[in-house]
Amino acid sequence: MDWRRFSVIALVIAILFTVVLLIGQARDEPLVIITSLMATTIAVATPLTLGALSGIFCERAGVVNIGIEGMMLGAAFFGWLAAIYMNTIFEMPPLLSLIVGVIGAILTGGLFALLHAVLSITYKVDQIIGGTVINILAIGITGFLNRQLFFESGSIFGGNVPHAPGVLPRIQIPFLVNIPVVGRIFEQQPVAISAILLVIISHYVLFHTRWGLRTRAVGEHPKAADTVGINVAFMRYANVVIGGFLAGLGGAYFTLESVPSFEPLLTNGRGFISLAAMIFGNWSPFGAWAAALVFGASQAFQIKLQLFRDVIPAQWAFLQNSYIVGLTPYILTMLILTGIVGKTIPPAADGVPYEK
Amino acid sequence: MTDDNIVLQAKGITKRFPGVLANDKVDFDLKKGEIHVLLGENGAGKTTLMNILYGLYNQDEGEILVNGKAVKVDTPNDSIALGIGMVHQHFMLIPVFTVAENIMLGDETTKRGMLDRQAVSTRVKDLSHQHGLAVNPEALVGQLPVGAQQRVEIVKTLYRNAQILILDEPTAVLTPQEADELFVIMRGLTERGVSIIFITHKLKEVLAVSDRITVMRAGRVVGTVTPKQTNQAKLASMMVGREVILKVQKGKAKPKEQILNVENLHAIDNRGLESLRGVSFEVRAGEVLGIAGVQGNGQTELAEALTGLRSTKSGQVTLMSTDVTGKTPRPIIETGLAHIPEDRQKHGLVLSYTVADNLVLCNYYLPPFARGMVLQQEAVDTNARRLIEEYDVRTPSPYVPTSKLSGGNQQKVIVARELSRDIKLLVASQPTRGLDVGSIEYIHKQIIAMRDRGIGVLLISAELDEIMALSDRIAVMYRGKIVATVPASEATREKLGLWMAGSGID
Repeated sequence: MDWRRFSVIALVIAILFTVVLLIGQARDEPLVIITSLMATTIAVATPLTLGALSGIFCERAGVVNIGIEGMMLGAAFFGWLAAIYMNTIFEMPPLLSLIVGVIGAILTGGLFALLHAVLSITYKVDQIIGGTVINILAIGITGFLNRQLFFESGSIFGGNVPHAPGVLPRIQIPFLVNIPVVGRIFEQQPVAISAILLVIISHYVLFHTRWGLRTRAVGEHPKAADTVGINVAFMRYANVVIGGFLAGLGGAYFTLESVPSFEPLLTNGRGFISLAAMIFGNWSPFGAWAAALVFGASQAFQIKLQLFRDVIPAQWAFLQNSYIVGLTPYILTMLILTGIVGKTIPPAADGVPYEK
Repeated sequence: MTDDNIVLQAKGITKRFPGVLANDKVDFDLKKGEIHVLLGENGAGKTTLMNILYGLYNQDEGEILVNGKAVKVDTPNDSIALGIGMVHQHFMLIPVFTVAENIMLGDETTKRGMLDRQAVSTRVKDLSHQHGLAVNPEALVGQLPVGAQQRVEIVKTLYRNAQILILDEPTAVLTPQEADELFVIMRGLTERGVSIIFITHKLKEVLAVSDRITVMRAGRVVGTVTPKQTNQAKLASMMVGREVILKVQKGKAKPKEQILNVENLHAIDNRGLESLRGVSFEVRAGEVLGIAGVQGNGQTELAEALTGLRSTKSGQVTLMSTDVTGKTPRPIIETGLAHIPEDRQKHGLVLSYTVADNLVLCNYYLPPFARGMVLQQEAVDTNARRLIEEYDVRTPSPYVPTSKLSGGNQQKVIVARELSRDIKLLVASQPTRGLDVGSIEYIHKQIIAMRDRGIGVLLISAELDEIMALSDRIAVMYRGKIVATVPASEATREKLGLWMAGSGID
């Protein structure tokens, strides 16, 4: 990830924010607008960041993972389900239920990833097919169980969706949160905070530890790793499962941190956008995070513009159309992926099963 | 010598792969401080034996002794712990890692959980100084020339305190000068007590560097000799199992009219870098023009540009007075070009097709093989049977998938297909790469026969011996340019080697 990419990203975010500021100044203080834009940006970027980190661990070890979408969806459902069970059946306090829910989500992601690992490492199934299997499986299982458990007569919750134990509480980062106005940015929910911490940790692990060196080695040239005594299959398994845990945490964001409910297909393509962020970031944690922030910023942009719809000047009338504005994140993703900032280079053995 | 001197011994090693007996009761031993050459054709089982000693494969029968003690070598970790290091034929280096990272991989030094790159660099510098192996620990491996990468591989084994070094065809990728440097390094290592197993099939270097030579054929040890007891011809017949004529027999060339003219050709490679930077030369009827050069100096791109497989940026290619620049392969082939591509399996054959089908790949659409849109099976069959007979292709039937044939026979299928047509120019890229002595002899004869029939031959090869044996004129390619062209009679290995390395150009 070079500075050129970072400056392109900074520029895109600056442009998006400036447009909102120019339009919104008629109604709000600029500082207030900026603060709320940044808060939304970080929140929206959270699952994408985690999804991208998931992809980075898998692909740096040489396993292509297009199943992140399914892993997140499955984790979102089972994490939520665990929280509800704990809360309503075992009558745990809400916060504790939510924590159990997050752990459940992480483990669900790990289990899906283990399936992917078995298919692609042990059985050497085409990894795109393996990922597709996970995506379809997750849609099927979550849709089916959602209906069976909550909406069928005689189901455990008697046809009613019980009240979820709410969402994870906001955590105030000491001192920083006391800064006037902008302090709000430092009041985030736990998954969002851990996503940022995990970006830093992942960077450190991948590029400065033994584990990272070996992970990248099996993703670049597994035979070379094998000849110096590294267990290629083990490294790949472990990293795919780590990736699954990260995707699972990303899934927890949807039902335990963002909104306290589940609906079928709620991940809505975020897993795939995570992959775009991973590629744009050249398979590096900070790069992927930056790309996720662009997507977050464009979401913040479209949400704000819809709020400011009445004060959009007449000559910018096309921005009043929520369909056009709502497309911004997706158009940006496409532009970014078409390589406006140069070519990215995947790990050399990405997607190639290792045969002795 | 007493047994105390034997550091590594393999007793009765047998290894079976599905349908192949790769090693058949092989006995091999290595004495302290010697260079023991393991010689054999492709598929003789040399690499299999070494992979067993290094723990990449496990033997079905037999035992391995290190310093007189029976040991189990199940994984590379075991062999590394026993002081065995191996430099593989295809380097086991990660191009995007630095030298230090490559060397420490699998045996990392850490400080408080972090990789201690500083300490590793220091140790690498010490080792490189101590053994005269110049490497820069901070350099990215992918940006180093092949010779330097090989030094990194050797340092990698020394970093693990290897006392027994296995070098698998180390000279295949080197220029003659680099090979000489390697031999000096090897001598230096043996003086310090390191013992070396040196695998090769180049006869000349065997006699120059070895203390003992063990020859393998078809999975068995044929015999062990010292360089004094033998010579190239004897070794060749031990390898092949029959008399081999090593020297190419050819008369004087009688060049006639110009067949191919290349004028200031420019082209870019797959990475977008300019790999042909103004190449000009001509090939006449009845001569062999050899293009020498270290791999990756534009030879691949040159062959592709001439045969219509790569678009050119500027310049002109004239074949038989027709401008063929920018044409697609079919019109170029129809003008009279035959091509033996560098990678026979990827670009020369459709491996899943039968031998018969591969033999008509260039002209299946023409009578008698096609009538309108319909393939004439009978004509294809007659053609296949005739060519298989004529070119001595060893295949159970014309209708087996070409992938089932050995490398040498696959190459014969290509040669048969290309040379049996009415051609004016033959472009042969690395025509004998990876082939054994017997097949090489055959292909060389065919190339000379073509020349004598008045066909122009452009021979591109990384093997200097091959270039010198076959060519009438030799051009040297370096960084996308022809840096020198000399008549074969005036070429020496030393001169060509210097040009190939980019120096000594006047």
